[in-house]
Amino acid sequence: MSANISTSYKQLEQKSKIKNMMLRWFLYFVLILFASYFIFPLYVMIVTSLKTMEEIRQGTLLTWPSQLNFESWGVAWGGRGYGAGDTFLRPYFWNSIKMVVPAVFFSTFIGAMSGYVLTKWRFKGDKWIFLFLLFGCFIPYQAILLPMARTLGVLGISNSIIGLVVVHSVYGIPFTTLFFRNYYVSIPNELVKAARIDGAGFFKIFFKILLPISAPIIVVTVIWQFTQIWNDFLFGSTFSFGEAAPIQVALNNMVLSSTSVKEYNVDMASAIIAGIPTLIVYVLAGKYFIRGLTSGAVKG
Amino acid sequence: MKTLKIEDLSKNFGTTEVLKKINLDIDEGNFLVLLGPSGCGKSTLLNIIAGLETINEGNVYIDDYNVSKVEPKDRNIAMVFQSYALYPSMNVRENMVFGLKQAKISKEKIEEQLEKVSSFLKVDELLHRKPSQLSGGQRQRVAIGRALVREPRIFLFDEPLSNLDAKLRVEMRREIKKLHQKLKTTVVYVTHDQTEAMSLGTKIAIMNRGVIQQNDTPENIYNKPGNTFVADFIGSPSMNLIKGNLIQNSDRILFMAEGSNNEIQIPINNYDFDKKIELNNKEVYFGIRPEHIHYKKINENDFEIKLKAELSEYIGHEQIVTFNYSNQETLAKFASTIKIDLNKEINLYFDLSQISLFDRNTERRI
Repeated sequence: MSANISTSYKQLEQKSKIKNMMLRWFLYFVLILFASYFIFPLYVMIVTSLKTMEEIRQGTLLTWPSQLNFESWGVAWGGRGYGAGDTFLRPYFWNSIKMVVPAVFFSTFIGAMSGYVLTKWRFKGDKWIFLFLLFGCFIPYQAILLPMARTLGVLGISNSIIGLVVVHSVYGIPFTTLFFRNYYVSIPNELVKAARIDGAGFFKIFFKILLPISAPIIVVTVIWQFTQIWNDFLFGSTFSFGEAAPIQVALNNMVLSSTSVKEYNVDMASAIIAGIPTLIVYVLAGKYFIRGLTSGAVKG
Repeated sequence: MKTLKIEDLSKNFGTTEVLKKINLDIDEGNFLVLLGPSGCGKSTLLNIIAGLETINEGNVYIDDYNVSKVEPKDRNIAMVFQSYALYPSMNVRENMVFGLKQAKISKEKIEEQLEKVSSFLKVDELLHRKPSQLSGGQRQRVAIGRALVREPRIFLFDEPLSNLDAKLRVEMRREIKKLHQKLKTTVVYVTHDQTEAMSLGTKIAIMNRGVIQQNDTPENIYNKPGNTFVADFIGSPSMNLIKGNLIQNSDRILFMAEGSNNEIQIPINNYDFDKKIELNNKEVYFGIRPEHIHYKKINENDFEIKLKAELSEYIGHEQIVTFNYSNQETLAKFASTIKIDLNKEINLYFDLSQISLFDRNTERRI
């Protein structure tokens, strides 16, 4: 009897071992498949940007360059050095930086403030205000183009970087508010009560008590806003042109407006340059991003 | 002069009335416990005393001064919270002096206060730690320290022990009691734990549904509950409330349980009635605590009664036995060494000096 039982257990063990192994292989197969699906275009971009035009015409998409050639990167960044019609990314890259940094700062700061008010200083109708703000998350970009163009015109800041800062700050507030509200909701109200008894006022409580423990959600918000604003093309192309354009618009102009030959290597290098800042932000703060998205209450 | 006085205080959140016409006062140095089930309004009342909630009607006085519209920081109070509410980004020292710094008190004075309180509470070695590096008991101590350095007129405690594990809770309870004995500051303490209330309070105010049911010394709350809610809420297991009627003839007053066919008549001549009222045929609850039902006759006046045991619950040092008293469950508490035969009638002795009677219509003590 007992011998019987132990053999049947052995069989079961064998069975589950095989099953586990097969599942594991299947899992890795799927993961590798998806990973390569996403890495493949990046590979093509990098490889193409390092080839000469000659090589691009002759070879296939996937072949490794016979010789690493960084010339196209230089052209993409700094141009060829002749006067008219030479579009290159450098000035527009700085345009984008000048647009992104203040826009991210203002939208994050305002979002933090409104999240703080909506959770810790409840007032009549606060739920409605939050609802309207949430509604703002669902308004498509296209819907605000005309009213925003008019507003910028009246304010006298159309076709300027300041104008774009304003547009992105305002458009970002619903998202940043949502982030901060959800974070602050999980922080016990007793903290604010204790600070009030200790004599701290509205701003002191925000700056001294809440902001110092908001690092995870600040990182999330900054990454989110940075990516959104840096990658934006629609607002950039609608509200600015010429010298005030951000990098995504310049990239588009560069790729589309070349009259003679298509220089794929320069195009690819430009596209990578335009994408690098967001990559850097992710690499530097990515682990906080995951942590911030999943972290619950700050236990004190 | 009353240290704290609350006058006709009402509070509602929207259409829900949370507090209804609360009147309460505390003398200097007293320890008042607000006790009640969750949702009874006790925490709201405490927040109102602190100035963290607005008032709909009525007034709050501290040292006879109407503070109803005074900011929390100017009320001369300090509060200890259930979640401790230590500022997570600051270390223990910064936590403790935060309030003093806001009040623009001189550096020397702050240092002096910090020194005094931290050595008193034995947290002086923790001053550089962050709250996240402290154990539950240490956090509790720091939270109390943060309140102490302010040298307030009134201490407010909002369920400060309910986040601690059972053993630590008993320890901290004793420490709070010691603290009060030493400092003799006025305390208002909110809890839902009756043991805490009984052991700490010099006065207990029992609340239910926004109304104070009874505000009295722990002894009176336990021995002379003012109504059936208090009788039922205090004690574990709670007081037996046996339905029945009173009968008064010439010089005797008798209690007969409902459904007992008038066989068992309990004489209650010696009961200390609150007021003179008409007693004949009055519908009452006969209240007796499980510990006042004895297995052996102890006092001369104990009333002998035969009841059938139906269930025995062993809880270590004692046992709780359920008896059937004319189809009403009646609990008694005995030493666990006594052997009880189930489903048999046994002789029990009611200690009639310890009973309470309640009017069944008003549910008040008579």
